Amino acid sequence: MIAYLGRRVIQSVLILLGVSLITFALLYLLPADPVRQIAGRSATPETVENIRRQLGLDQPFFIQYWHYLISLLSGDLGRSYIQRSEVTELIVSRLPASLLLMVGAILCELAIGLTMGLVAAVRRGTATDQTLMVASFVGVSAPQFVVGLLLLYVFAVQLGWFPIGGYGTWRHLVLPSLTMGILGAGWYARMMRSSMIDVLRQDYMRTARAKGLARGAIIFRHALPNAILPVIAMIGIDIGIFMGGIVVVESVFGWPGIGQLAWQAIQRVDIPIIMGVTLVSAFAIVLGNLLADTVAPFIDPRIKLR
Amino acid sequence: MSKGATSKRTGAAAPAVAVTAGPVLEIAGLTVSVRGEDGERPVVSGLSFSIARGETLCIAGESGSGKSMTALAIMQLLPQPAARIESGTIRLRDMDRREIDLALLDERQMRHIRGDRIAMIFQEPMTSLNPVLSIGRQLVESIEAHTGLSRAEARRRIIEALKAVRIPEAESRLKQFPHELSGGMRQRVMIAMALALKPDVLIADEPTTALDVTVQGEVLELLRDLQREHGTSVILITHDMGVVAEMADRVVIMRHGRMVEQGTAGDIFARPQADYTRELLAAVPRIGTGLGRQKSAEQKSVEAELPGSVAVVNDLHVHFDLRGGFFGQVNRRVHAVEGISFSIAPHETLALVGESGCGKSTTAKALAGLVPYHGDIVIGGRNLAGLGRDQRKAVRRDVQMIFQDPYASLDPRMRVGDLVAEPLLIHGIASKEERSQLVAALFERVGLSADQMELYPHEFSGGQRQRICIARALALRPKLIIADESVSALDVSVQARVLDLLKELQREFGIAYLFISHDMAVVENISDRVAVMYLGQIVEMGTRDQVFSNPRHPYTKRLIEAVPVPDPARRRPRFARLDQEIPSPTRKIGEEPPKLALRDVGNGHLVAVS
Repeated sequence: MIAYLGRRVIQSVLILLGVSLITFALLYLLPADPVRQIAGRSATPETVENIRRQLGLDQPFFIQYWHYLISLLSGDLGRSYIQRSEVTELIVSRLPASLLLMVGAILCELAIGLTMGLVAAVRRGTATDQTLMVASFVGVSAPQFVVGLLLLYVFAVQLGWFPIGGYGTWRHLVLPSLTMGILGAGWYARMMRSSMIDVLRQDYMRTARAKGLARGAIIFRHALPNAILPVIAMIGIDIGIFMGGIVVVESVFGWPGIGQLAWQAIQRVDIPIIMGVTLVSAFAIVLGNLLADTVAPFIDPRIKLR
Repeated sequence: MSKGATSKRTGAAAPAVAVTAGPVLEIAGLTVSVRGEDGERPVVSGLSFSIARGETLCIAGESGSGKSMTALAIMQLLPQPAARIESGTIRLRDMDRREIDLALLDERQMRHIRGDRIAMIFQEPMTSLNPVLSIGRQLVESIEAHTGLSRAEARRRIIEALKAVRIPEAESRLKQFPHELSGGMRQRVMIAMALALKPDVLIADEPTTALDVTVQGEVLELLRDLQREHGTSVILITHDMGVVAEMADRVVIMRHGRMVEQGTAGDIFARPQADYTRELLAAVPRIGTGLGRQKSAEQKSVEAELPGSVAVVNDLHVHFDLRGGFFGQVNRRVHAVEGISFSIAPHETLALVGESGCGKSTTAKALAGLVPYHGDIVIGGRNLAGLGRDQRKAVRRDVQMIFQDPYASLDPRMRVGDLVAEPLLIHGIASKEERSQLVAALFERVGLSADQMELYPHEFSGGQRQRICIARALALRPKLIIADESVSALDVSVQARVLDLLKELQREFGIAYLFISHDMAVVENISDRVAVMYLGQIVEMGTRDQVFSNPRHPYTKRLIEAVPVPDPARRRPRFARLDQEIPSPTRKIGEEPPKLALRDVGNGHLVAVS
């Protein structure tokens, strides 16, 4: 177990290193020039060159990357070109809001998705099953900004149950979490359904019935733990999809998280912030996967981590 | 005490009538039908039989006879929603002679019957236990479902049950999970689970089919002992007439969903009335019938490495490394095959026998080039070790393989004609037209017709598919065919015909067979020489007569004794039990298994000395 974790941590560091190199290279090759953005349209070529030298952007690629890595080791993600403050500080101040949204969204999608999948599998082939699967299909295909605006219109504007936007109370959290959760719920409902149908066919389910167990025990004690395993592995991967969704959802609901930070930075070619947000997202994905893999042996004793 | 309470519960759930006397379970006019693409079709029709308290009734028949469907119908566990009981009654009587018709009960009422009054064990011990729940949990829950016993009391009951099925260290087993137990142990857990509540009837659906023959012997004996102690009635469903002879008081023979014949075990075996019963009994391979089969003198090549050998295997080792530790280094090794040597002459059948995990299939894979090995494999006089890729491919043409499962070994999306032609295509033999003529000839030769070439595998029965596999193996005119459990999945009558085909082909083409099987009776029927494997090594090798009439190694003796004899008049004496599990071939790196030396005890009969 310890050995396994040690190996996974080393792997994770290598993955993050790779992500940083690729992102850095892409931003370097970008035709948009950050120095022009900072200097403004009326700046003289001398000013532009000055700023370029100050930021170290006149150095060759690998030197720039090397400097970035060295400061990264001490937790320094650099200074924002535009906002004139430390990227680390910017991200740290906005991360809690995004994490809160992510937890809310995961809870929503698991609660909705797993229930839908479970019910659909148990009632396989019935009208309930078909209705749920159509619903999940809609959930998967609807663009998040449409879902978000729709929820806002119905529950905030018309019914007034939740605030229109902003951050602070649990009421603020409901609609953004739901918007993000609906997409994932569609996926989970489909995965859970097929996984559950597969499990219901197994010999040990017949044994459970032959013992004379009650229906609840058969489904929740015997089928569910077996069916949920592939779904758990999915949650780790899901965090990656979240990072994409967060940019849209945070804009729609005015949620002060790193999604908004990233959105603003991209518009202004604020390379240190883009790099910082990318690395933090990559870190979250790696961590999520590691957690999902570490939880698996507690559900299935056949899985040994080595 | 709990028994009476349950009876009252079920009695309240369904109207109970007192009757004077009668069997514990009585089935009358049972018809079960399954809805398929072309409408509803009966799989059991008009079946009637009854079973007395303490009696063992065997329902025997080949695949598709409806025997399993009958069992599932009694338990109301028929696959939903396709199958249903169309008509008939299933009457269960309790000690007070009240009776319930199970066919009329709904799911909730049926729950009180299942496990408590009628218990069931299934064929596949490997998949019949839930992999994520501990053994203890799975045993306790069935007691909790039917009694009001406390956890501690339930625990005491299950430890008792585990001891009754002779599981050593019962207490410590409760924390284990199914994957930590062997197949035989898991089937014992299933039996313990079924008998813990002392049911009136135990239905065992092919309970030993998936087990090794020595383990089968132990489990059958266990069932018999437990039945004697508890007076449970047992319905044993099996395709194996040996098991029937060993266990049954009475026998029901089924075919195509109908009862062909029923009677006492003695009558069925000694005086079968129906033609089908006679055919079925005639097809059963029996140890003793193969002896004295004629073999011409020049084929009795017992000496290894004769110049004429098709294949010579010398000091073959196959190891699989297991990784662990921080850097995933190799720290343990499975010694699957540990230094075995043998040779096979043209026209000869060498049988490799042994139980699961003994390395017989791995040996076959090494010979077919499917796993890396150490040692020498010489085919047609050329040592594979010294050859390049292309030469090796050419040599390998002479070795073809037929696998166990004819359903899984044919690509479902290819026409069977193309499947048989594929080896020719791979080796670039013959033009397109010649190929199709060759394939047509092969089809005719294995007993299929040439116009079936355009069909897909799912349109054939198991026996026909195995014939297709044989045709495919024959396509390259190999000198050696490796048959890995090739007839094990087939019904006995089909099995007999496939074995005959293999013998005919051998006479015709002079092919040598390496015949791998766990079934001693089949081996005795087809082989010229026999090698017995145990833990990756050969413990005994000799001609068929030497090994079967004069087995010298204790393991060989055990294997032969364990085979149930299809004759109730000749039930075996009590079977010697092995209290420990078969040891594992997995060892730590640097720890070498002890090497067995083979000694010639006369006329090339080799026996391991320890």
